[in-house]
Amino acid sequence: MKPQTLFEKVWNAHVVAQDEGAPAVLYIDAHLVHEVTSPQAFAMLRERGLPVRRPDRTFATMDHAIPTRDVDITLWPSDAATQVRTLRENCQDFGVTLFDIDGPVQGIVHVVGPEMGITQPGMTIVCGDSHTSTHGAFGALAFGIGTSEVGHVLATQCLLQSKPKTFAINVEGELGPGVTAKDIILAVIAKNGAAGGAGHVFEYRGSAIRSLSMANRMTICNMSIEGGARAGMIAPDETTFAYLKGRPHAPQGADWERALARWRSLASDEGATFDRQLTLNADQLQPMVTYGTNPGQGVPVTGRIPSVDELEDPAERRSLLSALDYMGLRQGQAVAGQPVDIVFIGSCTNSRIEDLRAAAAIVQGRRVAGEVWALVVPGSKAVKAQAEREGLDRIFREAGFEWRGAGCSMCLAMNDDKAGAGKYVASTSNRNFQGRQGPGARSLLMSPIMAAAAAVHGRVVDVREML
Amino acid sequence: MQPFTSLTATAVPLRAENVDTDQIIPARYLTAVTRAGMGDGLFAAWRYASDGAPDPEFVLNQAQHAGAEILVAGRNFGSGSSREHAVWALTEYGFRAVIAPAFADIFYNNSLKNGLLPVALPEEQVAMLWDLVDEQPDTVIVIDLAAQTVTLPDGQQVGFAIDPYRKTCLLDGLDDLGYLLSKGPQIAAYEQQAG
Repeated sequence: MKPQTLFEKVWNAHVVAQDEGAPAVLYIDAHLVHEVTSPQAFAMLRERGLPVRRPDRTFATMDHAIPTRDVDITLWPSDAATQVRTLRENCQDFGVTLFDIDGPVQGIVHVVGPEMGITQPGMTIVCGDSHTSTHGAFGALAFGIGTSEVGHVLATQCLLQSKPKTFAINVEGELGPGVTAKDIILAVIAKNGAAGGAGHVFEYRGSAIRSLSMANRMTICNMSIEGGARAGMIAPDETTFAYLKGRPHAPQGADWERALARWRSLASDEGATFDRQLTLNADQLQPMVTYGTNPGQGVPVTGRIPSVDELEDPAERRSLLSALDYMGLRQGQAVAGQPVDIVFIGSCTNSRIEDLRAAAAIVQGRRVAGEVWALVVPGSKAVKAQAEREGLDRIFREAGFEWRGAGCSMCLAMNDDKAGAGKYVASTSNRNFQGRQGPGARSLLMSPIMAAAAAVHGRVVDVREML
Repeated sequence: MQPFTSLTATAVPLRAENVDTDQIIPARYLTAVTRAGMGDGLFAAWRYASDGAPDPEFVLNQAQHAGAEILVAGRNFGSGSSREHAVWALTEYGFRAVIAPAFADIFYNNSLKNGLLPVALPEEQVAMLWDLVDEQPDTVIVIDLAAQTVTLPDGQQVGFAIDPYRKTCLLDGLDDLGYLLSKGPQIAAYEQQAG
């Protein structure tokens, strides 16, 4: 048999039907749902009188619009409260499991799924959220969908999908001190461009990827979409299995052994070919910082913002000038030393316990600089509870950080956590788009330890100087 | 779904690359539980000045482009968030087609499910359209889906690619759900075999 990639194995195992001249009917193993992109899909089911085909494969939580301060629902902005109530009603009426805000599990959907063991190797996973690519860290084929498709999956557990191409991202070598998974993915996107992965599924491979924890693998897969790929995958291995074992939805007993045998066969075969390839040397990577308004506009912290003279392509030039105009930054400016007003540690990219531990280690015994507004938003209630058991909340609070409840928060500023116009935000999130973190806000994307270092100094610094 | 067969309309030049879905509709407009009303949020950050009044500098607010149903934008249009609200905002505002050198995957898919035609044309054709529409805003462009062509008043014609299945769905106004529901027996068989 022809050698197959990880993607091809998962894809082929989920094709229910493939009519001549039509896209594949792809079966979806797990469907994650949140309050913002689902109401119109449930409304469609009601209009057509359709049930949810597999409520047992559908899991909902609330993350995007909810406040992360400890407040009463009746005091919430009415729109967000309506979305929360609507999701509760929909889950109740259609028999869908909801990890509600008053329970112990709620959090960012891409943090909760893996934590609960819902995310497993070889699965197909979708959600009405582009960062569904996160779950690819387990060797699942996971991608974001629109609300129409959310309706299709609710009604049929299937999607009509054209087969994407494959793209191997090889990262060999060893990361230096202070260089993290976030820096790998920001470097990949800086090199390959924000649209470089369009039409493809990334597979991250190589010794640098193999040595990463699950949290770090999730950080990388999470931002596949920022590189233009709908999905990014990493072959499951002992690290994956150790993470999953014993989680509430993971297989147990004899089922676990059977699952392990299946999961071990998922890795891309020797000799499998990819449509495209890109190779990075981990040893040469440095902490990365973005300076622009798309995630491909990033440089090492020791570097400078490019000038238009260095760019040949007129579209790239236009893009750079428009980004710098919005960001209030100059061509050729060094990124280190750039003052920041706000530091946000959180989001589905970097809000897991490992992220908070790493940031706390930088912050410990230090203070947030002068006027900087710094906040930590754990990815889930479980992350928050674990951090509090370890005393991380105390470290952050004593340093001058706000310690919040779980949610998306200032990653997309749908709730009241908004950066002001013109403010510079050192952010561990995934998007530096114009206005993403608040109207007129200016985002500088970086790793959790780089953001922690920026909080302490009030400007972008090379965290390696603090280690 | 509203079928798309052909469109004869004027166009608006949006000279920007990487127009992400946060620009098309900011997150604060996503708090509705229905599809209606998204048109107000279209390009909100660019369209409205800080006092909420239309910003005359923004191309959509300029009288010569009123009523245009074709948006001509730069590469990687619709990147970022999967929010279908971006497509609903464009269609409610009155757009029926977007021409760009390349689209982000999720936005492209969402467009097809709402009768908004994404037309990928080469970079130099898009630049030519920008200049043409800037100079002559009343230029009428014809997009013929069946023939897969974009035609200008002087007869210049350029072809575009589209998946044949998606083309049929757009021409006939079919959504995926009917097709997927018709696969019920195969889905049940798959579920039984997969356990």
